[in-house]
Amino acid sequence: MSSKRVTAIYLLAFILVLLCAPLAAAAAEEAPPAAAAAAAPAVTDAPDAGGATTGSVKDVTAKEAGKPTLAELMDAVGHNKISINIVWTLITGYLVMFMQLGFALVETGFTRAKNAAHTMLMNFMVYVIGMLGFWICGFAFMFGGVGQVANLGMLANLGNEVTINLFGKDFGLIGYKGFFLAGGSYDVSIFTLFLFQMVFMDTTATIPTGAMAERWKFSAFCVYGFFISMLIYPIYGNWVWGGGWLSTLGANFGLGHGAVDFAGSGVVHMVGGVTALAGAIVLGPRIGKYKKDGTPNAIPGHHIPMGIAGALILAFGWFGFNPGSTLAGTDLRIGVIAVNTMLASAGGALSAMIYMWLRFGKPDPTMAVNGLLAGLVAITAPCAFVNAPAAVLIGLIAGILVVLSVLFIDGVLKIDDPVGAISVHGTCGAWGVLSLGLFADGTYGDKWNNVEGTVKGLFYGDASQFVAQFINVIVNFVFVFVAAYLTFKLLEVVIGNRVSAEVELGGLDIPETGVLAYPDFALLKGKREDTANGELG
Amino acid sequence: MKKIEAIIQPFRLEPVKEALHAISVKGMTVTEVKGFGVQKGLREVYRGMEYQVDFLPKVKIEIVAADDKVQTIVDTIISKARTGRIGDGKIFIYPVAEVIRIRTGETGDAAV
Repeated sequence: MSSKRVTAIYLLAFILVLLCAPLAAAAAEEAPPAAAAAAAPAVTDAPDAGGATTGSVKDVTAKEAGKPTLAELMDAVGHNKISINIVWTLITGYLVMFMQLGFALVETGFTRAKNAAHTMLMNFMVYVIGMLGFWICGFAFMFGGVGQVANLGMLANLGNEVTINLFGKDFGLIGYKGFFLAGGSYDVSIFTLFLFQMVFMDTTATIPTGAMAERWKFSAFCVYGFFISMLIYPIYGNWVWGGGWLSTLGANFGLGHGAVDFAGSGVVHMVGGVTALAGAIVLGPRIGKYKKDGTPNAIPGHHIPMGIAGALILAFGWFGFNPGSTLAGTDLRIGVIAVNTMLASAGGALSAMIYMWLRFGKPDPTMAVNGLLAGLVAITAPCAFVNAPAAVLIGLIAGILVVLSVLFIDGVLKIDDPVGAISVHGTCGAWGVLSLGLFADGTYGDKWNNVEGTVKGLFYGDASQFVAQFINVIVNFVFVFVAAYLTFKLLEVVIGNRVSAEVELGGLDIPETGVLAYPDFALLKGKREDTANGELG
Repeated sequence: MKKIEAIIQPFRLEPVKEALHAISVKGMTVTEVKGFGVQKGLREVYRGMEYQVDFLPKVKIEIVAADDKVQTIVDTIISKARTGRIGDGKIFIYPVAEVIRIRTGETGDAAV
């Protein structure tokens, strides 16, 4: 008998002994210990296999155990509600954090093998750099004036907002409380809010790395990571989510409920997409992307299964992104939000795939992925305010829109976006914000942004809500584009954004990161890949 | 002695290998290669843009055999690698000056 088999028999015997042990223990427990149950009749030590009796009056904190007063009971109810909300917000935040992996896989899969370590490293480090930037001042600028977030039972007050007075109305511009989460911000609710909002900001921050992949200098990227997390994202975010002037367009000027963006089609995705647009313009196209006559070349990604895996991870993370934005597990609208989210993603993937199939002859998997993400991005703003048919329609439109946008940006504007980030997040983010102004059906959002009544779109009788959404999109594009363009231009002068042609042709992995993603693979340097023009650009 | 170099469709490698085993071919070297022949690659569409795949994946098999075995081996390869469609590949036969088995130092037919 071989020694391997002997080992296996020993292991089997060991497992059998382990299985017998609980039986023996159960037999030993059959005889109850004498006089154990005599003292307190309410308290029993009988196990609760069914789960019906665990958790009872004895678990309510009270001066006299087992007999809480009404006040103690009400405290327990309130504490429970806020506990559910905080646990919900944290867990959905963890899901959103996992989306970082989704972005990393989509962006790396849709680009070339010779840059895979570099693309991965950008997606990895943006998590780190963005987090610290948001901790230093991004959070304070964005939420420092938001007040007390009721769903998190906030006792501390994030009440410092810089405002200017125009036309007799206050315009909130930027918050300034919560720097470094220090001092008066050392509070469970504020820390919870920070975690949730930090992972949202990192979603924005990682979007441009896709549009700027395969040619961006890593050092410039690192500095960019601080700019977006400390300034660009938080300032615009304050205007919509932090109590700033776009959110008060309703209360001040009667434009619906002001700018409404439930989970961030605008605040998160459009900001990322517009930043990506500015970055891709400043960087210029990859060598070989355009022929001499200006027609675009295809530069296929190196790992389509990786991209598809990433898309499914993103779709999973979106169940944190959208339903989590209630900041309340006790707001049962989360059921509607989650279903709307998945329906829109299906609509987007299906319409993008069918459109590609009809127009180009094959169901391009990368466009199906972009379509799924386009549907998710678009439903992010309206997910809490629309019904199921509207959610599917918003997704279907987003799927077509993303394909047209990719073809337009690649072929007409001649801006090179390897993964379609500008179209997915910018174009479909804008569509998401606008679609809320069309399809919000008035079943949710009472007193949203301190305006009486529920949120209604154009098709449900409130055209002014659409006007607020439209203003929001314009302001988003102008502010973010100008701020991002200046940031990249500044980087251009100080560090330089683009690697040398030599580095770009050979692959960024070794020169920029010192290590190859795939050292054991010999990469066949095809004519198509590197020198479609037969020259170094 | 001759060296037989066959460039075939990758998905025909398994049947070819099995058939060569069956006629007691003692060894072969296989390489994944890319190239084009009469068919000149493929045109594909990626994200709405046409592109040319210039080099298609093929498998190159190299076998060194005694002169009297060459015809059987060639016939076997053809019988298993042929699909009748463009892209089935080619076979090249070269004379071999010498074969040396590194472990024993044997030469000639004994080393094949």
